[in-house]
Amino acid sequence: MTKNAVSLWSIFGVFAKIGAFTIGGGYAMIPLIEAEMRRKNWISEEDMPDIVVLAQSAPGILAVNMAIYSGYRLRGIKGAIAASLGAILPSFVIILAIAMLFAGIKDNPTVAKIFRGIRPVAIGLILVPAVNLARKGCKRWWAWLILAASLIAVALLKISPIYIILVTIIVAVAISLAKEARSGR
Amino acid sequence: MIYVQLFITFFLIGLFTFGGGAAMLSLIQTQVVTKYAWLTESQFTDIVAISQCTPGPIGVNCATYTGYEVAGIAGSALATFALVLPSFLIFYGIIRLYNKYHSTSLFGDIMSGLRPAVAGLIAAAAIILMFRISMSGWVPEISILTENFGDWTSWAILAVSFVAAFFFKVNPILLIVAGGIAGLLIY
Repeated sequence: MTKNAVSLWSIFGVFAKIGAFTIGGGYAMIPLIEAEMRRKNWISEEDMPDIVVLAQSAPGILAVNMAIYSGYRLRGIKGAIAASLGAILPSFVIILAIAMLFAGIKDNPTVAKIFRGIRPVAIGLILVPAVNLARKGCKRWWAWLILAASLIAVALLKISPIYIILVTIIVAVAISLAKEARSGR
Repeated sequence: MIYVQLFITFFLIGLFTFGGGAAMLSLIQTQVVTKYAWLTESQFTDIVAISQCTPGPIGVNCATYTGYEVAGIAGSALATFALVLPSFLIFYGIIRLYNKYHSTSLFGDIMSGLRPAVAGLIAAAAIILMFRISMSGWVPEISILTENFGDWTSWAILAVSFVAAFFFKVNPILLIVAGGIAGLLIY
């Protein structure tokens, strides 16, 4: 299949379909994007892990990153724009509608009761990825130290997560380059 | 002015989120709730709940909703655009860096540092929605955030939903619907 055989509309359509039907964010979208790209024969099986790794190493929304990389492979920058518009547009429209509707009903006593029950659930659901990530990412003592430091910095000292991410990356790069230099010698 | 602030805020959120939607929540929360007070803690919690049962990336949902609350439809489009713009800008850079360094341990080292940091950020996001914390000198003053946790029943709902999601992998949408029904029956 040549690059030009894929139309921008069909790229947009595939990602819009995935964007409209996956609930629960980026990680839920990966297998769907993979299956759809394979079904359309847009990408080989070996190429897919590369796209996933790239999307995860880059900052931003996972699903949008995946859309940009996949779209780019198919039709260059136009394909990237078509794919990411497709991934974003359904949830943009749905949330906009909910936001408009919700503004009118949020002071309704029944709605207030429902949301009083829902809020603790939402918080419980935030804790799940935190615990999962801690279990997966904290294999050494220093990892727990990083976790504790970032938790205290944000919750107690109100330091912006931006600085925490920046400092972590700078320190990791420095350590990595130092390691490289030592082993190269 | 509000548009400029909205753009910069969500651009930074898009630029500094590593590790998916939950990590993005902590950035959105500290910027949108703590720094600018565009939303209250309860409003933010409501958006998180709504995002978890509507389709699409959670980051896009939050940006769209916050943008609308702050500056209407134009605000929601601007916030969403600002959120995804860094991904486009970084695209070229990351591809080149990746091709150059992916055989070295650089990316792996960065990720092994970021993973625990992001876990801490996400835990902090949950804690900020449960407690009001301020520092008076070196002593933290902690009180329960009563808008989200009115009485012990809220803590019970939190505990049950965490156990159900973590240990029994119950579908989040199901849990949110159950929470709504519980709220309707209890309060």
